[in-house]
Parts: sequence; structure tokens; C-alpha cells
Amino acid sequence: MNNPIILVIDDEPQIRKLLEINLESNGYAVSLAVTGAEGLRTAAAHPPDLVLLDLGLPDMSGHEVLRKLREWYEHAIIILSVRDSEEDIVSALDSGATDYLTKPFRTAELLARIRSAIRRNQGPAGNMLLEFGDLAIDLAARSVKKNGEFVKLTSTEYKLLAALARNEGRVLTHQYLLREVWGVGYQTESQYLRVFVGTLRKKIEQDPDHPHHIITESGVGYRFL
Amino acid sequence: MKRIRTRSFPPGVQYLVCITGVLAVSGILFPASPYIGYRVVALVMLMTVSVIAMFFDILPVMTAAALSAVIWNFFFIPPLFTFHIDDTEDTLLFLLYFLIAFINAALTFNIREAEKKARDREEKDNLIRLYNTLFNSLSHELRTPVSSIIGALDTLRENRDTLTEANRNELLAVIGKAGFQLNREVDNLLNMSRLESGMLRLRPDWCDMNDVVHSVLRKLEADENSPVRYLPDENLPLFRLDAGIVIQVLNNLVHNAIHHTPPGTEIRIGVSHRDENCVIAVSDNGPGFPAEEIPKVFEKFYRLPGDATGGTGLGLSIVKGFAEALHGNVRLENQPEGGARFIFQFPAETTYINNLKNE
Repeated sequence: MNNPIILVIDDEPQIRKLLEINLESNGYAVSLAVTGAEGLRTAAAHPPDLVLLDLGLPDMSGHEVLRKLREWYEHAIIILSVRDSEEDIVSALDSGATDYLTKPFRTAELLARIRSAIRRNQGPAGNMLLEFGDLAIDLAARSVKKNGEFVKLTSTEYKLLAALARNEGRVLTHQYLLREVWGVGYQTESQYLRVFVGTLRKKIEQDPDHPHHIITESGVGYRFL
Repeated sequence: MKRIRTRSFPPGVQYLVCITGVLAVSGILFPASPYIGYRVVALVMLMTVSVIAMFFDILPVMTAAALSAVIWNFFFIPPLFTFHIDDTEDTLLFLLYFLIAFINAALTFNIREAEKKARDREEKDNLIRLYNTLFNSLSHELRTPVSSIIGALDTLRENRDTLTEANRNELLAVIGKAGFQLNREVDNLLNMSRLESGMLRLRPDWCDMNDVVHSVLRKLEADENSPVRYLPDENLPLFRLDAGIVIQVLNNLVHNAIHHTPPGTEIRIGVSHRDENCVIAVSDNGPGFPAEEIPKVFEKFYRLPGDATGGTGLGLSIVKGFAEALHGNVRLENQPEGGARFIFQFPAETTYINNLKNE
């Protein structure tokens, strides 16, 4: 199999260089674009397996690039953004971004996000048995085991866990989870989500205060690992 | 002395006050005129114009001066109730009155303008002093990590073959630490400018404070020399608050505690719910704070005298700014058992959601 192609759209030369070196030395083929327009052209000419898109571009907003890209492009798009812009991030995720990273980011984190996003390009594995270290979820039987022991979950807890686990490694916004688990009309009832994440952690985490499965992304949502 | 800010009065109000002022004074003087004489009346009215000139714009004051001259002529100079003046001496007096009233008004007005200019200059000087403090402190706090990064990089590049593995790792650690310090200072500057520009928009949402504190602890660099402990309270309600701001506050308070106490000092975070308030306490078992310095710690650019650990002196003033933005407050106290304690509290809606079990 050929090396996966990653398109980097960022106007900062240093960041482009840093990403290029990192990605190439980790076995990816890299193409670079400085502006949104160039990024859109490059993506159309040689569709990449993943796009790293900076939200602050000189010619058009990253949101616009994202929207135009999503009209035809189905693979992963990871947003790069500066800090303190949760609103920006949430709106990018809502309009189809796969994941996000805030600058300054750690290389290990970037590579982990890229690996998990490219893995999901193939679409849902159709696996009915999901395993995450000490945790096993059987989607067919709707059962959950921790260290081989069955965990008793209420139906809402199970729905929340399944929604998270089916999107392993990907950040899910509060709104998305509320809509998925509680249904349309509950998007603003974030208190339910908080309470159920709390009770779920108590049941499935070894140490609920230092969770290893359900990770909080402050101001944005949750990520399941 | 606090000046009365009359110049901001709308012109209509100024004219009204000027004219009624002159009319009222003439009304009082009119019955007294036979006893004190119309020439004394002129002096009292000139004084009235002077007083008015201290407060209002030039045009309303000139109007008052003209009106008072006309009134003096009509109601006080014999023959009464005519503009006609018999006596040459009185004609001269009337002209002089007119002149004095106008000069008086113009001079008083000029003095006030000059005063205002001096005050503006003083304000500008204070601003320049403040910015100088900012630049001194900033150039130091930003240059130190930048110099560390450039110095470490040069050493790595130029001594590629002679450096031991341990030395190389140490230099890389220096670069990493400096990078994080720069990042923190930039965050502080951005927060300060958000606060000062009034552009801070709150985004409150329901939050599990235990989760918020743990996410702050997870992000602390592993090589900090002081342990930070948090004992979560299982009975805490959900709070409706802006988690981003509370995280910044906790970050600043915790870093402040780490950097201004001896290594190994234990830092504790506590969260509680008291009188409709979310109360966050960050305490340490270090040496505590000099009592006379406590009132000053939240001032912008304040640094503890003789403290070599640096910092821009912005961190705690940002905490105070955020406390005010949340309609709350922050205070520092020395604990009876030793060590300092910061208490940050603000009103916040809470919910317990008790009936979720009946789903």
C-alpha cells in the first residue's frame, strides 16, 4: 500500500516545515498549501487521505475552506486552531471537521489524532465487539465487561457509552452527544451529559478522577480512548 | 480634589441653569436694592457671572453676562424699568459692567481650560509610566525564555560531537520549559487584553467542577517540583459557569503557588458550594505572605519585593479581573496553621438532578 497522503493548509512557513518533517519521517506523503484557494485546488487535483487545515488563513477563513472541501471530500479533516477559541472549534466540528488540535500542540498527540482519523477513513469497521484495554463492549448483546466482569449499565448509560466507543479517538461535541443519546430537543441540556459521564466513569474507569477512557475536552466535548 | 464634570451637560441644560441663575439672583437683589444701592448690586451680579463661568461653556456664560448687564440696566439703574440712563457716570458704569462681565467670563473659562490640559498631561504621564513598567517587565519575562531557547539551540548545534547524551537531554529540557513559559506569558497577555478591552464574553454551561479541576491537574507539566493535590467532593452540585475562565484562574493560582513557594511545598485545591457561590480555594503549606504586602498582590505588575522568581506580575491581576467579570471576588489570606490561601468565589447557578435514576 502507498503511503497515506496528507495535505497541510497553513500559511505559517515554520509550522509547515515542522509538520512536513514530522509527517514525512513518520511515513506519510506530504503536500503543502499556503492559502485556502491553493489548498482547495491541491485537494481536488490529488485527493489526500487527510487534510490538516489551519483556521486562520490569509485569503479566506478556514471555516469556508472546510465548507467547500466538505461539498465533495469525505476523508478526514483535522483543524489546527489557536487557543481560547472553543466556539470556533465547535462550529468547525459541527460543519464536518473530523477532529481538532490547538496550537501549540505536541507531536505525539498530532500523530495519534492522524492515525486514528485515517483508520476511520475506511468507515465503521462493522465490528460488533469493541475492546479498549480492560474494557470490552459487545454492541450486538448490548453488554459491557470490565476486566472480564459484566458491568451493569442503565439504558441511557449504555447508549452514551456506545456513542462514544463507536467513535474511538475522535472528539464528540456536547451537542452531538445530547442529540445522539437523548434526542433532538435536548441539545442544550448539558447537565444530563455531565451527570451521566460522571456515573459512567464511576462504573467503567479504574480511577474515575483520572479517567483513561472518557476524556474531557474542555468547552468542546468528550473523546473516548 | 474631584472636579465636577459639568462640561458634559447638554447645552440646553447649561443655558437653562445660566439664565435662571441670573434671574434668581436679580430677583433676590431687587427688593434689597434700595438699601444697598444699585452699584453694590452690580458687584454681586458680576460675582454671579464669575461663579457661572467656573462651570459652564463659554457661550452660555456670555449669555449670562449679557443678560445680567441688561437686567442691571433695566431694573436697577435709575430711572427704573427703562433702558435709558440719565447720568453720564452711570452710562460709563454700565459700559464698564458689560466689559468686565465678558472679560471675567472669558478669563475664568481660560483658566479652566488650562487646568484641564494640565490634568490630561498628568493622565498621559501616568499612562506612559504604566506602559514603561509593562515593557520592562515584559521584555524581561519574554526575553528570558527566548534567550534560553536560542542559547540552548546554539549549544546543541555547535557542540554536536562533544556533548554527552545527558547534556543534550538537559538542553532539550531547557528549550521545552522555556517554550511552555512563553506560552503561559502569551496567554496572560491575551487574557489581560481581553479583560481590558471589555471583549470578554462569558459562555456559561453546566460543569462538573471535579472534572474541571482534574483537567487542570492533567495539563500541569510533570516536572513541577511541588505536588498539587485535590480532594474531590462527591456531593458537589453541577455549577453553571464558564469552564474556560475557571481553568485559567486555577492555572494562574496554581502556577503562582508553585513558583513562589520553596520546592516540595504541597499545594491543595478545594472546591465548595456556599451561599449560592462556587468557592475555589488554592492553599499551600509554604511560608505564607508578608501581611503588609497582601493588599497589593492583585495589582497589575505587582511583584513581591526581592522575589527573583520573576513573572510579569500579570497572573494575579488577571485572576482579579476574571473574578470581577464573574461578579465575584478573590482574596488572599494567611492560614492560622501556616501557608497562604487564595479564595476565589463567584455566584453560580447549581443543580443536583436527583431524579435521573428514574429513566
